[in-house]
Amino acid sequence: MHPFAYARPDDLGTAVAAVAGDPAATFIAGGTELVNWMKDGIARPALVVDLGGLPLSAIDETPEGGLRIGALARMRMVAEDAAVRARYPVLAEALEAGASPQIRNAATVGGNLLQRTRCPYFRETSFPCNKRELGAGCAARTGPHHLHAVFGGSDACIAVHPSDLAVALLALDATVLLRGPASDRRVPIDGFYLLPGETPERETVLRHGEAIIAVELPAARFAARSRYRKIRERASFAFALVSVAAAVDLGDDGRVREARIALGSVAPKPWRARAAEAALVGRMLDAEAAAAAGRAAVAGAAPLPDTAYKVTLVERAVARTLAEIGGWA
Amino acid sequence: MPRRDESSTAWGGRVPLALRVNGVDRVLRLDSRVTLLDALRDGLDLTGAKKGCDRGECGACTVLVDGRRVNSCLTLAVMHDGAEITTVEGLARDGVPHPVQEAFVEHDALQCGFCTPGQVVSAVALLAEGRATSDAEIREWMSGNLCRCAAYPNIVAAIRQVASAEGPPPTTGGAAA
Repeated sequence: MHPFAYARPDDLGTAVAAVAGDPAATFIAGGTELVNWMKDGIARPALVVDLGGLPLSAIDETPEGGLRIGALARMRMVAEDAAVRARYPVLAEALEAGASPQIRNAATVGGNLLQRTRCPYFRETSFPCNKRELGAGCAARTGPHHLHAVFGGSDACIAVHPSDLAVALLALDATVLLRGPASDRRVPIDGFYLLPGETPERETVLRHGEAIIAVELPAARFAARSRYRKIRERASFAFALVSVAAAVDLGDDGRVREARIALGSVAPKPWRARAAEAALVGRMLDAEAAAAAGRAAVAGAAPLPDTAYKVTLVERAVARTLAEIGGWA
Repeated sequence: MPRRDESSTAWGGRVPLALRVNGVDRVLRLDSRVTLLDALRDGLDLTGAKKGCDRGECGACTVLVDGRRVNSCLTLAVMHDGAEITTVEGLARDGVPHPVQEAFVEHDALQCGFCTPGQVVSAVALLAEGRATSDAEIREWMSGNLCRCAAYPNIVAAIRQVASAEGPPPTTGGAAA
């Protein structure tokens, strides 16, 4: 690990100014990602600014009837929150499907959103990786790549985003609140992540020196009827092969008024399946509609030889998640 | 095998740090790179917490920080100034092993023993969290602790025994998802 200076400011303005003023500075919150990056040589900050002393972990009601979750709230704290469990079940389920109890006790909401891919060629620095070193090449293109993208990839990068939380937030129309050295910004989660294109090293719209300070959940009617389904190579403590966050609002006539379907581990960012949502609206939520949504979810998929299985998996996982919501699974 | 990177030797560093470890106040000066695990093992000679993967994947380094179980390899020691740390060495009372330790012996819940300190500390936390109401729940909530000898059935049996003896634990949150 390269040497770094360490600072733990007790106010947010000082912390943001410290990172904004030094191109080689970075924030640390839970540490469960950055510490590994530093050990592996993926990150070499000269200054690490610890946000741990700041009061950014509260979960509060918003005036609009939603919830505002502080960026430093630990995964466990959010998953156990009574309001989250009752009003946004997909969020609690996604959090408890992620990582391990030890990691959920340390990792924060803000840090979770800024996880980097678990692509083994990115994490193991002896492989070429355009994300680590632009122009180096992509080892996943020529090597085994069954963990990789079926949507949104580019010649430069086919790595997938690993966060479960971000997939749930996408299905909930969440907004990410940022504090920069000059001003605050509110970014819809749908616009927070970037596709790799020719610049796979840029993964979010976050500017250097900006900190995530909170995530806001709107009071959406579909939020309460929502589920998260994660498919892994082992029963627990593994990143997803495919995951689905689904939320459905049913009218009094039993027909779908509105739906959200987001997919995880299939694209370089959490992937909104709008065609699947459209396939549900106006229909009774039944097995036929669920199957149609599953088919619509994979329209346009561009699998590689090792990822063809993900297309089938997504189709079935979407239908199965809707079956759980509909109560016939 | 446990790896020893350069941070392990970085003692006499610049950042002062006070920890309360197993009930004893300790003061250290550390290089900012030192993980909590290295500080415990190499700085305080508490070698119960083990360095397995050193990446948060195996759980052998599990300790309690202010009562919460965490991977001590995934956090910098300097982030925990003023914290209360409990390692496996701090579980016994007056020379009497913790009930979880007794149960691990009784159920032969180990083979090589390398993962055992992390398993035991994690199990103590799991019981306090109220996550030991069924074998399936124990398995899920112990998923952060790997055992390459695959002593899992006996680990679950040991934890189940302690949970049964303690009776229903206090709940820490809502019902399981």
